[in-house]
Order: sequence, then C-alpha cells, then structure tokens
Amino acid sequence: MKFVDEFRDHALAKTLAAKIRAEVRPETRYHVMEFCGGHTHAIFRYGIQDLLPANVRLIHGPGCPVCVLPVGRIDDAVALARDHGVILCTYGDMLRVPGSKRVSLLKAKAEGADVRMVYSSLDALKIARDNPDRQVVFFAIGFETTTPPTAVALQQARAADLKNFTVFCNHVLTPSAIANILESPEVRRLGTLPLDGFVGPAHVSAVIGSRPYEFFAEEYERPVVIAGFEPLDVMQAVLMLVRQLNEGRAEVENEYSRVVTREGNIKAQALVAEVFELRRTFEWRGLGLVPYSALAIKEAFAAWDAERRFAVPARSVPDNKACECGAILRGLKTPRDCKVFGTACTPENPLGSCMVSSEGACAAYYTYGRFRDAG
Amino acid sequence: MCLAIPAQIVALLPDAMATVDLGGVRKDISVVLVDGLAVGDYVILHTGFALSRLDPEEALRTLELFAEMGTLAEAQRELAGP
Ligand code: SF4
Repeated sequence: MKFVDEFRDHALAKTLAAKIRAEVRPETRYHVMEFCGGHTHAIFRYGIQDLLPANVRLIHGPGCPVCVLPVGRIDDAVALARDHGVILCTYGDMLRVPGSKRVSLLKAKAEGADVRMVYSSLDALKIARDNPDRQVVFFAIGFETTTPPTAVALQQARAADLKNFTVFCNHVLTPSAIANILESPEVRRLGTLPLDGFVGPAHVSAVIGSRPYEFFAEEYERPVVIAGFEPLDVMQAVLMLVRQLNEGRAEVENEYSRVVTREGNIKAQALVAEVFELRRTFEWRGLGLVPYSALAIKEAFAAWDAERRFAVPARSVPDNKACECGAILRGLKTPRDCKVFGTACTPENPLGSCMVSSEGACAAYYTYGRFRDAG
Repeated sequence: MCLAIPAQIVALLPDAMATVDLGGVRKDISVVLVDGLAVGDYVILHTGFALSRLDPEEALRTLELFAEMGTLAEAQRELAGP
C-alpha cells in the first residue's frame, strides 16, 4: 500500500540501524519511552529492539486506550448493558477487557446482554436510527484520535434530535498522562525510571499538533520526536533522539511531517471544544486519579450523555492484585516481572488490560515471543 | 485501537462523506473533520473518519532522507576500504 510499504523497507531499516550504532556513545544511556500503543505494536511486530544497541532501550508507556481504562468504568459499561437493557455499542478491542470478577462485555453478551461491536461512532448512530424503540449507548473510549469522531456523533444526534442515543464518554488526554508519569512520586522515589526522551504519538499529534509537547521539552528537559507508526519511522525517531541526547538538546522534532503539523487539525480541535469539557479528575488504570486528564460531555449536550441519563455511578474498583500493569505502564517493570504472565494471564484469557489489545505491552510480549528483554 | 492508515480519496459524496481506496478495497468514510479535500488526495483514516491529510511531498522528503543515509553509509564503507 502506498505510503506504507516504503516505510517498511528492509534494507533501509538496516542502514538506519547501522547509523544508530555508529552514533550512540557506549557510556551513555538512551532510554526512551514510546507513549503510543501504535508504536509498541510496531516495535514488537518488526523486532525493532533487536536492531538497537543494548544501551538504547525502548520503554512501553501507557498509550493504549484499552489498557488505561479502569475496571470501574468497564463495570459501569457492563451494568449499562445488563441492567438497563440498552444496546451497548463499542470498538472491538473493548469487548474482551475484564472488569470485576473477570466479567467482560463479551461475557455479558454471551449471557444475553445486547452488546455490539462498531467500527465507527457513526455506526452506533445508525443503530440508534434503526432501533427507535431501544436505547442505544455508544461506549466511547480513546485518546485524541477517537474524540473528534465521538464529537461528530454527538452533534449529529443533537441535530436530528435523536432521543434514544447517548454516549458513555471515557475520552482521555495524552499530555496529562505524560505529565503524570514524569511527576509520579513513585517514579521519583524509586528514581529508577530511566526516561531520557519520548517518541511522541503519531495520530494523536495529527489532531492536537506537535505544539503541546513543547512544554515537556522545556519543562522536563526531555527531547520528544513525533514519529509515524511504520518501522522506519520508529528507527528514524530513535536516531533523532540519540542525536538530541548526544548534543544535550531537548526539543520537539517531527519525523512524521507527512501528517503532523505544529498546529494539528484545528477543525477537529474546535469541534471537540464545542462538545466536551475537562473533567477535574479521572481514574486511569495503573496511574490512579489523574487531574484534568479526561473529557466529559458539556451541559449543552446533556440529553445525549449516558452518565446523566442512566445515573452511572463513579465506582472505583482496585485492579487484580497479581497484575503489574500499573508499574508496566509507568515503565518501572516489564511484563516478565509479572508472576502470572503467560500462565493465568494470556491474550485468550486476560487478567489485566495490558494483555488485551495488541498495543498493550503484555500482549505484545506474548504474541511476538519476547520473553527475554535487554533489561 | 490507535492504528490508522493512509487512504486515497476516489470520490466525494454528499454529507461530508467520501469513497476511499485502501490498496484495492473501497470504503465510504466521513471527511467532515478535514476541509477542502479533492479526489486523489491522501488522508489518514481512523475509525471511519479522515483524521488529517497526508502530504505526499513531505513523505517523499522523509524517504529521501532515509535514502541519502543509505548512500552515505555506502560511501563510508567504500572509503573504509575492503
Ligand atoms: S501479564 Fe497480565 S496480569 Fe500480568 S501485568 Fe500483564 S496484564 Fe497484568
């Protein structure tokens, strides 16, 4: 496919690897966190870590929306489908995430709840139009990439005065999560979090632009290179980070200039601002309560807010004790540190959320056989 | 979940929709988030929406950068001798 295959060229990957090897200084540590699940996926799928010198280490951050949704919100969604008799629509990855007592939406569906997988927010809207006598809830999750589509669905629902469509909003914000990791007391206390730079998100940045990362570069003195999701993009970003670290720079650079601009998609940003407002605080799986890190539906759209219509309780349910997702999302541990990795917890029967989506660190480790890791 | 792919617009449809080509597969998507698209343009497609434009010239420039590095590496190898 055009603009995909060219960025997977094997020979060029080798060249980039050689270039990185030539430029790293053996005594320097280059520990970079890729924030986005799309990068985690590419890194494992193409074995990128294996192409890098030992002192260049990739740490897999919390950039998978499925992995960071807390148990309580999944329980809420299950309750909506089970107890309120709604048609609950959501993206495919969400279906298998275990809530309390390992009950996922898929399990609720098997037990008779009307849970449907949709590809797009507009599909959920269509289901509402086709089922005027049923309540349809779109269980909306994701970072800045899926938020504008949800905003469009809400606007269309309001324009058509659809009475049987609501959104259960769980949209979260990338910059707050990065800040949370850098400021986490756990991370500070342990002092072991080896974060020297960031590979910035690809498509999140297509929407919000590269500007929001300038704050990190300045405030925390960490370089950020925004990169596309293909293997050559990731390799090039690593090279650019190595250069910045060698030169003692901490700037925002954009490897993914074919898609990302400094301003981002202004139309999408305006739409999101019209429909959503900041939540004062929101729980993230593994990170706990993070201030101003998520969006809620504005008053003007209250009639289409599932939380208001169904009085969704804000429950907080602790993660399974054995699960190390929290420390993994912060870059403090790797999946092999988890006692139940690959035994009680597998992609077929996940215990924690990092094992569910192919963008989660545990599932990526498992699927691509990376049982060892250059620690 | 975050994965999004490049797609080429082959027809513009009413109501801010468009038909795209995905390596031979056709699909109707919403282009409400990106203004001023024309047939032949490339967009990044995510959950049924065009999220942004893909700039072919910038793509080419990035690829040239990789290629340059390739020739550079070759030149260095040659200079270093057998
Ligand atoms: S292997 Fe499973 S239980 Fe362990 S940290 Fe990963 S997701 Fe959690």
